[in-house]
Amino acid sequence: MRRIRRGHVLLAAAAAALCVPASGVSSSSDDSMITKVGKTEGQLNLIAWEGYTQPQWVKPFTKATGCKVKPKYGGSSDEMVTLMRTGQYDAVSASGDASLRLIFGKDVRPIDPKLIPDYKNFIPALKSPPHNTVKGVHYGISLQWGPNTLLYNTKKVKPAPTSWSVLYSSKYKGKVTIPDNPIQIADAALYLSKTKPNLGIKDPYELTEPQFKAAVDLLKKQHALVKKYWVTAGDEIDLFKNGSATIGASWPYQTNTLQAAKTPVKDLIPKEGATGWADTWMISSKAKHPNCAVKWIRWVSTPKVQAQQAIYFGETPANTKACVIMNKLSKGSCAQYHANAPLAYFKSIKFWKTPTKDCGNGKSNCMDYTKWQQAWTDIKS
Amino acid sequence: MASQAYEAGRQKWTARRRLSAALWRRPWLRAIALLLPPLGWMLVFYLAALAVLFVSAFWSIDSFTGKLTHTWTWANFHTIVSDPTYRQIAWRTIWMAAAVTVTDAVVAFPFAYYMARLAGPRQRTVLFVLVLLPLWSSYLARIYAWRLILNHDGALNWTLGKLGLPTQGWAFTNTAMWIVFSYIWLPFMILPIYAALERIPDSYIEASRDLGARNWTTFRRVIVPLALPGIVAGSIFTFSLTLGDYITPSLVGNVDFIGNVIYRNVLGLTNNLPFAAAYATIPLLVMGLYLIVAKRLGAFEAL
Repeated sequence: MRRIRRGHVLLAAAAAALCVPASGVSSSSDDSMITKVGKTEGQLNLIAWEGYTQPQWVKPFTKATGCKVKPKYGGSSDEMVTLMRTGQYDAVSASGDASLRLIFGKDVRPIDPKLIPDYKNFIPALKSPPHNTVKGVHYGISLQWGPNTLLYNTKKVKPAPTSWSVLYSSKYKGKVTIPDNPIQIADAALYLSKTKPNLGIKDPYELTEPQFKAAVDLLKKQHALVKKYWVTAGDEIDLFKNGSATIGASWPYQTNTLQAAKTPVKDLIPKEGATGWADTWMISSKAKHPNCAVKWIRWVSTPKVQAQQAIYFGETPANTKACVIMNKLSKGSCAQYHANAPLAYFKSIKFWKTPTKDCGNGKSNCMDYTKWQQAWTDIKS
Repeated sequence: MASQAYEAGRQKWTARRRLSAALWRRPWLRAIALLLPPLGWMLVFYLAALAVLFVSAFWSIDSFTGKLTHTWTWANFHTIVSDPTYRQIAWRTIWMAAAVTVTDAVVAFPFAYYMARLAGPRQRTVLFVLVLLPLWSSYLARIYAWRLILNHDGALNWTLGKLGLPTQGWAFTNTAMWIVFSYIWLPFMILPIYAALERIPDSYIEASRDLGARNWTTFRRVIVPLALPGIVAGSIFTFSLTLGDYITPSLVGNVDFIGNVIYRNVLGLTNNLPFAAAYATIPLLVMGLYLIVAKRLGAFEAL
């Protein structure tokens, strides 16, 4: 009996290894502009934020169009970008810190806004915002926007906070929870822009090295105070429900859910202002169900669905016609969620965007997103 | 007609017979036929996957678009070695794996000893079921159960409060991770130790006593050395399972393990597969070393 030589095994392993990666690249991509809607495909695979695909507006959509919606919740913008790149999804509710990455990565298809009848009712600032429109080409249709808020337990946190400083002081040590997300560095930068003006921070997403370092140092000090970096909205809801956390950075969605469960919580936009998100539905360049995707965007842009989602999630609709319906659904909700607020309010929120080297001042000495991600791992360790 | 069928049957029969004769005459052919399916499986799904993993560790990605760049670079390994963050995460993971292994060995030994040498057959069955019962429920369900126990308003604090004892704040700390890891991997330590202890012939212990050794001496110089391969075999499970886990740290802890960094690089953060691959070689190396030591201690004979 001849023995199998080690060399043979290695050779075979190498041959097998070479075969495997070749099978990974297949699905075709199409980045031409969508200008018309054809027959619906019966199915729609979505990547969405938790709370964006509620049965109350998904069920009627399926009934009206025959498109079965299969949603997958993305925990962070990074996760959404990665999921989109798998090519298995038709559309994504991308926030401003994901949308440009998707556009420049050629992962999404441009769309003609004429396909969306409600587009003309959108607030002007969200018709062609820089986070989804590049050189006049629309790569998606705006959806909703809102601020990242400070959430606290009214029984445990006294006096009621007015500043983000409570998240950085040791008063609530071990009771603080903040999102497990590199974009959180912008929150620290925003706080520093008001409390340490000599750092000269103008835009919390455009940070030079010393500014970036100051924000990272602040978050490293905060690490000792943090009970848990929350990953999903559900995580934070649990933390507040069982008393593990009493104060934290949040979205209005958690506040609504917790208040509905009778947990004594309130939220606010502290005096330093807030970061926020402006979301866009974007269609994948590898979408297998593009017609259903366009129909979906049409559906979620209508005043009724805009109002439902705004109230459910606690955010502000892009469609100005939603205000009336919001008040019908829940009295005073239009004003509560700022659907009729002036442009100044919109401008006061520092919307998420992908940090790049280019600082907007002509110099390219800012820290790019890879640096943010590395720093975040460093902060958490 | 009938003779035709007879002929066909005979031919088939002879073909089969010829094959079996050939196999009988050439044992190497038999060996290949037997080993090809499992070896092929190993080669394609295990070794080839590892090879791809290792090769891709030397690639990199474009920082803005996130696309793979197939150029040979040591940059990933350089980052892992030079960046204190990744070193710290690796150490933390290895430390936790070691702590969990020691804890499980200490907890499992008396239990396995009782099961193997003291309990009657019926009691032994009951204990077996008790050890295996948790494995019937989902691993996630057990972790979430521990979350409920350790929470601020959880079962543990409630009990401590009723007893008038100070409450603990272990939720989402390394202590919580240590407790949960030790709990979920305990059966994997008990079973090999039990197997090793059960195999010790009673005559050895009688001989030890005849030679004048007291209980403690017998335990120390006869039982423990004979059970050692079992302990080491169990430790392979507890150590490697802790080393590779990323769900427990993200659900009951608040810090990253090696697995979390890999996970976030694969899905979540950057889609930086090359870096994830490079970082994944650390647990592979650690386990490789561990297995070599375990083999020396005779763990593979105890499995």
